[in-house]
Amino acid sequence: MTTYSDDRYYIPHGSHWPAVGSLGLLFLMVGASTWLNGAATGFYVMLAGLAIIIFMLTGWFATVIGESEGGRYNAQVDKSFRQGMFWFIFSEVMFFACFFGALFYARNMAVPWLGGSGNSFFTNMLLWEGFESTWPTNGPGNIGGEYEAMAPFGLPLINTVLLLSSSVTLTIAHHALMAGKRVQLTSLLATTFLLGFAFVYLQGVEYIEAYQHLNLKLTSGIYGSTFFMLTGFHGMHVTIGAIMLTIIWFRVLKGHFTADNHFAFEAVAWYWHFVDVVWVSLYVFVYWM
Amino acid sequence: MTAVAQAHDSHDDHGPVKGIRRWLFSTNHKDIGTMYLVFSLTMFFVGGAMAMVIRSELAIPGLQFVHPEFFNQMTTMHALIMIFGAIMPAFVGLANWMIPLMIGAPDMALPRMNNWSFWILPIAFSMLLSTLLMPGGAPAAGWTMYPPLVLQTGDAFPFLIFSIHLMGISSIMGAINIIVTIINMRAPNMSLLKMPMFVWTWLITAYLLIAVMPVLAGAVTMLLTDQFFGTSFFLAAGGGDPVMFQHIFWFFGHPEVYIMILPAFGIVSEIIPVFSRKPLFGHDSMVYAASSIAFLSFIVWAHHMFTVGMPFTGQLFFMFTTMMIAVPTGVKIFNWVATMWRGAMSFETPMLFSLAFVFLFTIGGFSGLMLAIAPADIQYHDTYFVVAHFHYVLVPGSVFAIMAGAYYWLPKWTGHMYNEKLGKWHFWLSTIFVNLTFFPMHFLGLAGMPRRIPDYSTQFADFNAIASIGAFGFGLSQLLFVWVILSARKGKLATAEVWDNPPGLEWTVPSPAPYHTFETPPNIGANIGFEK
Amino acid sequence: MIRNAILSLLGLSLAETATADWAFNMPKGITDLSLETYRLHMMVFWWCVAIGILVFGVMIISLIRHRKAAGAEAATFSHSTTAEIIWTSIPVVILIMITIPTAETMVRLEDSRNPDISIVITAYQWKWHYKYQDEGVEFYSSLAHPSLAARRKQSGIDPFSVENYLLEVDHPLVVPRDAKIRLLFTSNDVVHAWWVPDLAIKKDAIPGIVNEAWFRAKKSGTFRGQCAELCGKDHGYMPIVVEVVEADAYEAWIDSHRTNTE
Ligand code: HEA
Ligand code: HEA
Ligand code: CUA
Ligand SMILES: [Cu+2]
Repeated sequence: MTTYSDDRYYIPHGSHWPAVGSLGLLFLMVGASTWLNGAATGFYVMLAGLAIIIFMLTGWFATVIGESEGGRYNAQVDKSFRQGMFWFIFSEVMFFACFFGALFYARNMAVPWLGGSGNSFFTNMLLWEGFESTWPTNGPGNIGGEYEAMAPFGLPLINTVLLLSSSVTLTIAHHALMAGKRVQLTSLLATTFLLGFAFVYLQGVEYIEAYQHLNLKLTSGIYGSTFFMLTGFHGMHVTIGAIMLTIIWFRVLKGHFTADNHFAFEAVAWYWHFVDVVWVSLYVFVYWM
Repeated sequence: MTAVAQAHDSHDDHGPVKGIRRWLFSTNHKDIGTMYLVFSLTMFFVGGAMAMVIRSELAIPGLQFVHPEFFNQMTTMHALIMIFGAIMPAFVGLANWMIPLMIGAPDMALPRMNNWSFWILPIAFSMLLSTLLMPGGAPAAGWTMYPPLVLQTGDAFPFLIFSIHLMGISSIMGAINIIVTIINMRAPNMSLLKMPMFVWTWLITAYLLIAVMPVLAGAVTMLLTDQFFGTSFFLAAGGGDPVMFQHIFWFFGHPEVYIMILPAFGIVSEIIPVFSRKPLFGHDSMVYAASSIAFLSFIVWAHHMFTVGMPFTGQLFFMFTTMMIAVPTGVKIFNWVATMWRGAMSFETPMLFSLAFVFLFTIGGFSGLMLAIAPADIQYHDTYFVVAHFHYVLVPGSVFAIMAGAYYWLPKWTGHMYNEKLGKWHFWLSTIFVNLTFFPMHFLGLAGMPRRIPDYSTQFADFNAIASIGAFGFGLSQLLFVWVILSARKGKLATAEVWDNPPGLEWTVPSPAPYHTFETPPNIGANIGFEK
Repeated sequence: MIRNAILSLLGLSLAETATADWAFNMPKGITDLSLETYRLHMMVFWWCVAIGILVFGVMIISLIRHRKAAGAEAATFSHSTTAEIIWTSIPVVILIMITIPTAETMVRLEDSRNPDISIVITAYQWKWHYKYQDEGVEFYSSLAHPSLAARRKQSGIDPFSVENYLLEVDHPLVVPRDAKIRLLFTSNDVVHAWWVPDLAIKKDAIPGIVNEAWFRAKKSGTFRGQCAELCGKDHGYMPIVVEVVEADAYEAWIDSHRTNTE
């Protein structure tokens, strides 16, 4: 498919998918809001919204894949997609940066101040007498009760290995794609998403362990908050990434992608590497240090 | 359709489809731009109506019309709607309309996503506005949403959080689209430094948006989990800190204010040269100045927090970086003045608004510089002096620039000239009243009137009365704006160039701009009017 | 706009003699630091005025002389490296000149060591609680009754008929003149801010955190302020009154209150 029917920038004429997407978001957000406010029906509205969004994503991507396979996209369109994906990932980086920022702020500023360091002597003396700054902590109010911190060298280490190797297999798969080695491509791509799902599974095990045996919960003060929010959002991204890898794998099976036209593959690969890098920072700053 | 100089390929339809689908399913940058602009004007009126409630209550001491709870809801909603609903969409609308025309692109780079960015907004704002009818009322903790106060919001709380998520998603997608369009869709030969200033400032703004909107999303997400899922981000007992929210919020919030001013700089930089009949002075240094402002905007955020009890070194750092922003901003002001210097100026409405922008934004910038002085800010903080400052940079700043842009490009959009006489009336009324509204607020703040209060001690009565009169005058004058726009349909036909020899590709296409433009890239050669 | 600039100039110089009813400017206050703050404020203000006159002056000359209607021919120049270097570096110098005295004041603001009296101020929705750390005196302070009655929506009471409308409390904070007072702020619920302009103190009262500030009043008298951080529906109704009295009057006051609370 290296021949483009036409070297003009492809501009679609009208599309109902964005409108469907907006409708889905409306249901999702209003449903979630009313549910959080205590109306049980809100939950179903939210699910309906989610369903609409999945429907929209399927339809929208199907259209784009169709157009791509139909040779409608020239090199410039391809470039737009690439740059768009790049900046999308950048926005995700900033989203995670926000939570990492919260972690660093809590560890290096808030908790020490509560412990009376710097010019916060009176904070400690008047309000939190006896509290000493440590990490991990659930704060001077012992919010959520006694708990144990997550040890870095059990499951988390295995997960690190899983995710890092998945990045390696993905890269080899990419090279295989460019070299036209289909078998190697399909098998390694499959390994990649299987490793991804294994990661998600193990994280589930880890969460159960935390809740049932360590009494480590989302409600365990600032440690629990940062731990679960960071790993949770990351886990969500791994799940989405693994699903996207699976879709890409099916497309490979259908014979999509060529050595020089495989933007979707690359986009997912970037995304996967991004998820990987976030994990490494997580492992270092949340589990280890 | 009017004949277009560019070649057409037969398999493309040329005009818009009929009916609602034209708008709902649109992938056309001009239609989407129009929708953004109309949406923004609507929101300007909604937010303005809330400002009128505020000013009515504050016209004289004593509580006359609303309860304090409702007053706080008005303040909060006014700000959220003006910022996210009026100013930002107006700039995105102008970007949609003008950037492809200015860089010779057939459309935005990602047209479907462009549609989605827009159509998320009505949803976000329906959710936000619907909170006015909810038990507990609309959010009332100020647009800054500081915890723990914001956690006392009633049923509106999740709606507030999710509508902000939606606005964030919309802005991020819009920004991605703009960056990709600018980087990838320029006509051959249009090097980066040949780009018009409006395109440049928007490029920088888009980077700011992508960098900070996700941070806002993260901040409000933490509010949500603190409220509903028992996290302790902003709870000292759990090892968190309410001040942490303020840091995260202002890490977003300060760049946000430059998001609301950089495109305004761009618009003014387009207009002043045309009506001075002289090239923009220091095009490149304008670019560097805007970039420096953007860079600095990331390291000044805590100037909003001089009273929270920050360590001394922190205060000094944030004070000094904040003051440094005056330098690149000054470069912009001086360059505009140098552009006018020894020009041959004429004063059509867009130019008038741009001139008022330069004057009045500078006044707002001066009060900003005063606010940056940490010990003095201890006195200014959370008073009407701050309110005066930011309305000077936002109303005769951003809003005036948007209006200047609207008058400037209206003939290109509609093919008709607006009524110049009415335009001038609109300008003079707006300028007089905007000063009458916001100038006395400086005095109020210095004399000790806190912001966000529904009632005040009697010594503040005089200036408040003046401000309220000004506000009503300013509000009513805006009805004239709408009339000028609507009546332009009957105005005389515009030429392609519209103004006296304006540079820029947007003036090489007919007026009104055809539905599809630059389907094949224009050959701009070397003789495009920008300096370089 | 020019008219306004002039008006503001007039306003700020008038303020030297202005009455409380028509105040244009920041009060000079009653502590050394409040006076320093005022001076910093005026210094920056005059810098802005000077720069404003320069910039607006050039612009106005241009607007008058370089009009097409006046027959001006447009020049064609579009850059001048010299000019740009000048107008980048001069502001930097000005800013540094502003920063130095400001930093000096900030150092003094920080120094709350060795106070004579420490008072813990706890904010509530919507009142203040004062506790003298070593004297065993504590009490709540909220909006005084006359204002309370008049502030109701359409109360029918003319605010102008109420003395110190919204700025009067039932139990003011009493401190001795010339003593170093340390204030420790915290909050019971949401963020508030304790602000008395004449003391040049505005400090956030944050739940779970204690903030510090200090002052040494040079004049006796009654000084008023308000809560300055949005804290909910009655944010506008939690004023602050500080009475600075002579040392012996303070002792008498403390004694009478100590017996009252016991
Ligand atoms: C478009 C929006 C916009 C813009 C452009 C600015 C611009 C600036 N702002 Fe403002 N600001 C706001 C919107 C904006 N602000 C808002 C909305 C708030 C309140 C938020 C809230 O609390 O709700 C706020 C609040 C705010 C505060 C916090 C006040 C407080 O709450 O206590 C401070 C403090 O430093 C500040 C400073 C500045 C400075 C230094 C600039 C500078 O960028 C200004 C630079 C410009 C000039 C200085 C003039 C031109 C320059 C020259 C002619 C050169 C020579 C000049 C000198 C050397 C002096 N702003
Ligand atoms: C881009 C932003 C923007 C814009 C354009 C405006 C525009 C205006 N703003 Fe505001 N404002 C903010 C951003 C903005 N504001 C922010 C961020 C805050 C801080 C909020 C907080 O504390 O959390 C604030 C707060 C704020 C306050 C302080 C409230 C308080 O502290 O309690 C006041 C008080 O006067 C005010 C007034 C006005 C007025 C009179 C206008 C006018 O310019 C509006 C003019 C427009 C119209 C009036 C609409 C058009 C006309 C009609 C609808 C026709 C009908 C007219 C009549 C009946 C007269 N604004
Ligand atoms: Cu307490 Cu505002
Ligand atoms: Cu700021």
